[in-house]
Amino acid sequence: MTTWDGAAAAERVAIISDQDVVRVRQLVRTLAVAVKLSLVDQTKIVTAASELARNTLVYGGGGNAEVSRVDNGRKPGIRIVFADEGPGIPDLDLALTDGYTTGGGMGLGLSGARRLVDEFEIDTEVGKGTTISVTKWCR
Amino acid sequence: MERVPVLKIGDILLVSIQIDMEDQVALQLQEDLADKIVVTGCHGVIIDISALDIVDSFVGRTLATIASVSKVLDADTVVVGMRPAVAITLVELGLSLPGIRTALNVELGMKLLAQEREQYELDLEDEDEEPAVSTR
Repeated sequence: MTTWDGAAAAERVAIISDQDVVRVRQLVRTLAVAVKLSLVDQTKIVTAASELARNTLVYGGGGNAEVSRVDNGRKPGIRIVFADEGPGIPDLDLALTDGYTTGGGMGLGLSGARRLVDEFEIDTEVGKGTTISVTKWCR
Repeated sequence: MERVPVLKIGDILLVSIQIDMEDQVALQLQEDLADKIVVTGCHGVIIDISALDIVDSFVGRTLATIASVSKVLDADTVVVGMRPAVAITLVELGLSLPGIRTALNVELGMKLLAQEREQYELDLEDEDEEPAVSTR
């Protein structure tokens, strides 16, 4: 059972199936409650995590998510880093456009997730993979 | 794999999603509902999502597809019980769920379906009463 009491508490989940997407959601929810995010912010970070975990699975061909408690000295927060070694994203601007999709979805995963978090960083290289880091701070 | 049960109550199919669904479970529900609509001839579907603490784009899209498929099979769908935080998050995500009827709870959802059905049947009667178009 995760306790999240250590300052550098982090937990890594492999994302190789649908079930793992559910697991990421549950882990993020547990930590979001532990760092006392508001209910709306909990909902936003869990939703963003769900979108990005599915992207890691569907577009990245699987990978992992590292969920950790962070602190910037003034307030606590939650950070999730999604990493895959998939094909990478050739046109990032296009991928971040609402409604653009290559996978038959609604094209809201990446652009929508970005709107739901406070910090969003993406590092991608064609042929190497994609790493996305999202952070939500307590208010 | 878990399965979401579909209950028949009178002329309505009621689905209450109580689990954190894997994507496959959501797709299975979509198929089960389509089958049940045809088998039972029900004209209304109520999907209760009050137990869901998130609705992401996949579940949102599945709900929209269920509503469209039901419509083609002559049944109306109402999604009920969405939590306020879920509504806020969905809109910010960019999903406004066009084409999906919503109600605050199951009871109001049933009322909405009953009204729609009544209106639909009235419209049918009106059409019957229209005089045949004369041809010269």
